[in-house]
Amino acid sequence: MASTGTLYRGGVSMWSWVAHRITGVAVLFFLYVHVLDTALIRVSPDAYDTIIATYKTPIVNLMEVGLVGAVLFHALNGLRVMAVDFWERGPRLQRQMLWVTVGIWLVVMIPGTFYMTKHTIEKMFGAA
Amino acid sequence: MSATPDLAMPNTRPTPRRRQGVNFEKNSWIFMRASGLILIILVLGHLFIMNILDGGVQRINFAFVAGRWSSPFWQFWDLTMLWLAMLHGTNGLRVIIGDYAKSGKTRFWLRGILYTASAATILLGTLVIFTFDPNLT
Repeated sequence: MASTGTLYRGGVSMWSWVAHRITGVAVLFFLYVHVLDTALIRVSPDAYDTIIATYKTPIVNLMEVGLVGAVLFHALNGLRVMAVDFWERGPRLQRQMLWVTVGIWLVVMIPGTFYMTKHTIEKMFGAA
Repeated sequence: MSATPDLAMPNTRPTPRRRQGVNFEKNSWIFMRASGLILIILVLGHLFIMNILDGGVQRINFAFVAGRWSSPFWQFWDLTMLWLAMLHGTNGLRVIIGDYAKSGKTRFWLRGILYTASAATILLGTLVIFTFDPNLT
């Protein structure tokens, strides 16, 4: 290697830490919006149904898949963090646990995405 | 403990004494793990019911929510989720601001905005759950 540079090379474990922060902040910002839109239920049924209709549009539906993906990663990686903190073998197995996290995420997200977007796909491309 | 700074080593500060009383950062560390564990059940359950089960988001409307909130179980579920998620997220962003804000002034204002937004959101959400009227027209 000619140059080592100044990049902190923490590898995949560092990126899991970065992803944990980004997904956490993204979900918090969604929560502000979500409590506001739900608050319209106190205004009138029409106001609530109108705002909820946006959640049913194709683009927002796709963003919901992103939201569920972000929450699921944050949840699974949070369990991994707790295993590192409290389980005596946790620190040694943290990298393996990251691959388990990614594996479970894929196993849930693939059918999850199908069910979440089923209606949108049927509406856009005709009932299959 | 000497009150006058050591002129030979102007950057050394007196060793901080062990803090008395409540250790806020330690409690916050414990809270993140405890609330995180509960939120896994509450939030993933919420997302599964609202987005995947039985047609997902397409079936949600005023009547659907009215049906759910007629049960104290779901009211309690949503209220607990609201408080824990907001406090968990707010505390997470508080830590992130502490990591990246370069000056004390920036940190103060960013955290002030954060706390204000979160307090207002928690208050609004709580009010909505407690004052929900299924017969509203």
